[in-house]
Amino acid sequence: MAKPLTWQSATVEAIHPETARAKTFTFELPDWIPHRAGQHYDLRLTAPDGYQAERSYSIGSEPERQGVIDLTVERIDDGEVSPYMHDVVAVGDRLELRGPIGGYFVWDIELGGPLLLVGGGSGVVPLMAMIRHRAALKSPVPTSLLYSSRSADDVIYAGELERLGAQHDGLEVVHTFTRQQPAGWAGYQRRIDRTMLSEVSGPLGKTLRAYVCGPTILVELVANSLLDLGIAASQIRTERFGPTGT
Amino acid sequence: MAEKLVSRGFTGKRRQPERAGRVPPGQYLVNNFPVLSAGPTPRIRTEQWSFTIDGLVRQPVTWTWTQFLELPSKEYAVDISCVTKWTQLDMKWKAVGVDTLLEAVELDAKAAFITAHSYGGYTTNLAIPDIVNDQAFIAYEYDGKPLAPEHGGPARLVVPHLYFWKSAKWVHGFRIEERERLGFWESLGYHRRGDPWKEERYSGD
Repeated sequence: MAKPLTWQSATVEAIHPETARAKTFTFELPDWIPHRAGQHYDLRLTAPDGYQAERSYSIGSEPERQGVIDLTVERIDDGEVSPYMHDVVAVGDRLELRGPIGGYFVWDIELGGPLLLVGGGSGVVPLMAMIRHRAALKSPVPTSLLYSSRSADDVIYAGELERLGAQHDGLEVVHTFTRQQPAGWAGYQRRIDRTMLSEVSGPLGKTLRAYVCGPTILVELVANSLLDLGIAASQIRTERFGPTGT
Repeated sequence: MAEKLVSRGFTGKRRQPERAGRVPPGQYLVNNFPVLSAGPTPRIRTEQWSFTIDGLVRQPVTWTWTQFLELPSKEYAVDISCVTKWTQLDMKWKAVGVDTLLEAVELDAKAAFITAHSYGGYTTNLAIPDIVNDQAFIAYEYDGKPLAPEHGGPARLVVPHLYFWKSAKWVHGFRIEERERLGFWESLGYHRRGDPWKEERYSGD
């Protein structure tokens, strides 16, 4: 019988705004357990009368960063938990977490590559854990991130992605901006489609491993397009962030 | 650690009392039908579709799509809870009851569990007492329309009293077994039974 995952009282060590709608919370865990990139934690809030709300959030940090985890939370305006996280939670607060959870949408360098990561919006969070894990271990696995955002202002981890993508160590970061493009933008400016996937994944060959995370419409389209492009279903792993991911 | 750590300044969104009693602990209500799956959506044409019950039965039985639609069907309106925390009330399905299917086979005396298996390779384990007595059905319509592929169409198992990962999409058959063999998510850290009212989310819960 597996050891039960117990709720831990985690302390908010830092809060970092990523975009106008996304914040990263760094939690110090009393019983830190090494996670695998792609896994998530459950977060539980309790009101004074005992009412509780739970949500799952992907881990953005890499397992090599010990003792703490980063959870990046996108604000859903009519949500119950994310507005509280954005508007109320402060450094030093204690919140209950349990995890790490999930054993399929995970990647570590032992699984190898080439690696195609496709994310939409806050779907980039678990993919970032994979990218950071790869970088922390200086893995040469050829990796491409195709990341769809509404505009450049909506890109989570923008600075770090730019820096990692500029190291020429086999990581390619490709953005598409679906609503608004920066002045002089020469890159993609439409929703992800089969042509775009073919162009981005082409150099990785047909034996790539794909991890796709985002809204259902994006995940369905990407997974189906990858099948059409000759990638085996067993090589494609998906995780979805619905409009209900509050 | 204290059993309940109060979150400073958290009140939460309260539900209407008549609905609150239908929402298991840790769940929140949604009004749409989220999609979750681990890989690409299999596309199965109904001409190719079949459903088989085999394993610990005297004689395996297979239904084609046409034969399946000829079985007595029933309308169900059930509350569904997904381990990812959403709960939706009164989801309406047209389906064939698992009882109806099991009537067509003769179970071995040792039969105690099933593995529901799907197109695309998904599996989940269920105890037979959890799928009989009108507790489980194979649905092919949702909300008056054919079940969409991303929701498990042509047909999916629905076991409303357990977390939704037990309700195998793209279901292809049941293997009747003597012992419990953990399925896909159950082998990856999720609970073997998954009762939302007991919050049986992860193994060890």
